[in-house]
Amino acid sequence: MLSHIAILMENQPGALSRVVGLFSQRGYNIDSLSVAPTQDPTLSRLTMTTSENPKIVNQILRQLYKLVDVVMVQNLSDAEAYSIELAIIKLVSSREKIEKIISQAKELEGKILDDKDGHIMFEIWGDSADIDALLASLKEEKFIEVTRSGLLGMTKGNVALKTNDQTKISYD
Amino acid sequence: MTSGGEALIKALSDEKIDIIFGYPGGAALHIYDAIYQQDRVQHILVRHEQAAVHAADGFARATGKTGVALVTSGPGATNAITGIATAYMDSIPLVVISGQVASHLIGTDAFQETDMIGISRPIVKHSFLVQSAEEIPAIVKKAFHIASSGRPGPVVIDVPKDMTDPKVKFDYKFPKDLYLRSYPILGEADPLQVSEAVKMLKAAKKPVIYAGGGVIQSDASEELVNLSKMAGAPVTNTLMGLGAFPATDNQFIGMLGMHGTYEANMVMSEADLIFNVGARFDDRITNNPKKFGLEAKKIHIDSDPSSIDKIINVDVALNGDAKLVLAQLCKEFKNSSIENADLNPWWDQVEEWRQKHGLNHDMLNLENQQDIILPQQVIQSLYKVTKGKAFITSDVGQHQMFAAQYYKFDKPRKWINSGGLGTMGFGLPSAMGVKFAFPDEDVACVTGEGSIQMCIQELSTCSQYCLPVKIINLNNRALGMVKQWQDMQYGGRYSSISYEDSLPDFVKLAESFGHVGLKVEKFSDLNDAMEEAFSLKDKLVFLDVLIDPDEHVYPMLEAGGSMSEMRISKKDKTF
Repeated sequence: MLSHIAILMENQPGALSRVVGLFSQRGYNIDSLSVAPTQDPTLSRLTMTTSENPKIVNQILRQLYKLVDVVMVQNLSDAEAYSIELAIIKLVSSREKIEKIISQAKELEGKILDDKDGHIMFEIWGDSADIDALLASLKEEKFIEVTRSGLLGMTKGNVALKTNDQTKISYD
Repeated sequence: MTSGGEALIKALSDEKIDIIFGYPGGAALHIYDAIYQQDRVQHILVRHEQAAVHAADGFARATGKTGVALVTSGPGATNAITGIATAYMDSIPLVVISGQVASHLIGTDAFQETDMIGISRPIVKHSFLVQSAEEIPAIVKKAFHIASSGRPGPVVIDVPKDMTDPKVKFDYKFPKDLYLRSYPILGEADPLQVSEAVKMLKAAKKPVIYAGGGVIQSDASEELVNLSKMAGAPVTNTLMGLGAFPATDNQFIGMLGMHGTYEANMVMSEADLIFNVGARFDDRITNNPKKFGLEAKKIHIDSDPSSIDKIINVDVALNGDAKLVLAQLCKEFKNSSIENADLNPWWDQVEEWRQKHGLNHDMLNLENQQDIILPQQVIQSLYKVTKGKAFITSDVGQHQMFAAQYYKFDKPRKWINSGGLGTMGFGLPSAMGVKFAFPDEDVACVTGEGSIQMCIQELSTCSQYCLPVKIINLNNRALGMVKQWQDMQYGGRYSSISYEDSLPDFVKLAESFGHVGLKVEKFSDLNDAMEEAFSLKDKLVFLDVLIDPDEHVYPMLEAGGSMSEMRISKKDKTF
């Protein structure tokens, strides 16, 4: 099963490499990863998916939280959360054909972005598995390239990934 | 007004550091100039950066304070890596300051540039790249806090040369407080879990307390002894935990694990409760985790939540500082009205194991003693001459295991060895660090002729600073532990374990640095030579002891087996 982990971390040079390095160092597998700053410019939010078993996922959460640059960790798979992925796809095809494909993929939303020299670029967003299915259905098309955002997610309601204020450590 | 270089040294002084170990070079020159112009922080010049970090590490292990090493960029930094990894694996508080090329040169493959933050990332607790000189005092403060708190570990501060430029001055202010987001330090454990643990401990008919380096890190020996006395259970220490519980106490059943005592490994196999205090179910302990403690309930005290359930799942997790949690347990144990289970049958069994294959016999009075010296005899002689009170550092290999098995450590912080990483070359430089911290105490480095050659250049440092450590070289003319494995698992095919006739004359080598060298070849000379070595109070003595080249370390756990599957001698095994 895919586990979906959200991480709030210091927006510092080197912080991302500590998170990614942890995975290679301890032999954990990353399936997808996305990272960007938050509304607080000192913090970045990172979302990743991994197909490790629950015991390893538990280790991953603890090892991540141990990193000094990691402020908070949340397993979105354990919570009531909303998640979404975006993909941009380029094919050699016709506008009509792609419009039909998008409208037939009921679970996904999407639109054509560009149509140039017989190359059609379109975006779709929704559940990762549905994007997988759509990509599989395009096998017969002349496929040029795809880029995927990785799964993004957020818990519903009043549960949020946030940090307490800075911990002040005083010395006598 | 101070420069960044001066601020760095001032901040160390404000952290109450009065000694650092290091080696200068281009990127660190401004810092060295700042060192020259003050006298609060003494700098010890080693002969190789690896030794600087090991010396700081030995200092830290013996004192409980944070050790400090200073190296230059590039090769200085990469030479320090083995030392940092050694400290990381054993959770030792260190601050390692590395010079770096000037910030505008970073990334250009400049002379002596290496990405220290990147190279050290998997082996540090945290690291800082200084990006403005003014932040140096705050970074130093954070570095010391992170290195020494929670589960300790090494912290690297990488300092580009322009950050220490003497021409760039600013107002020095050592911060009173520091701010860290989300850096929790565990204190006491959940009281409900504590009470559950006490219930289990009281009910257990075959309990064992298995204590590791975490007890020493949190200075919790007294609390460990208190709980152990109340519970009456047998106590075993890991290699890192030796001294946490007094070895001469009758409740102590010796070290456990790969080369642990027969009785300790049998107790672990048969126990109905394994009470882990500050250890991490390391593979040298558990052997095959699938066959580990199948009949036992397990309790685990650890200051690092990621250690819980990492290898072995436990029934009760006590997340917290060992000292505080043990104190909680003692209190709860005293107040609990539950009666203790009768441990007499269990102790009868333990005694039977102890009598059968224990390591307690006096090897110095063997019948049929030949001229040839057994390594165990050297350790027993060392123990006798130092009355069990010396600081013992060791390198890695057979000699390390013999020292761990036969020197009875009654106090914590006396046994200093590289347990996790297993770093050959650790022994001599770490002994230097210990000797600087405790100049009036006996400090001996138990080593082998293989390990000692990995940092032997430090004989020169010992000469420069008049460090009268005693080097006890168990010389079997081969890489003994590798040879032992080749004997046992590779049909005696001795691949690359011999130096043929190229070993140095260690006596002459020691003398060439102004030290004393003594060579011992016959058992009848062993005790006198040992006495002489320690009677020369102001001299480093290199005691080169030629030992039986064919001796193996036993007991030894069988690879892939349970903890009760042991080889007891070349002929005997339990499985």
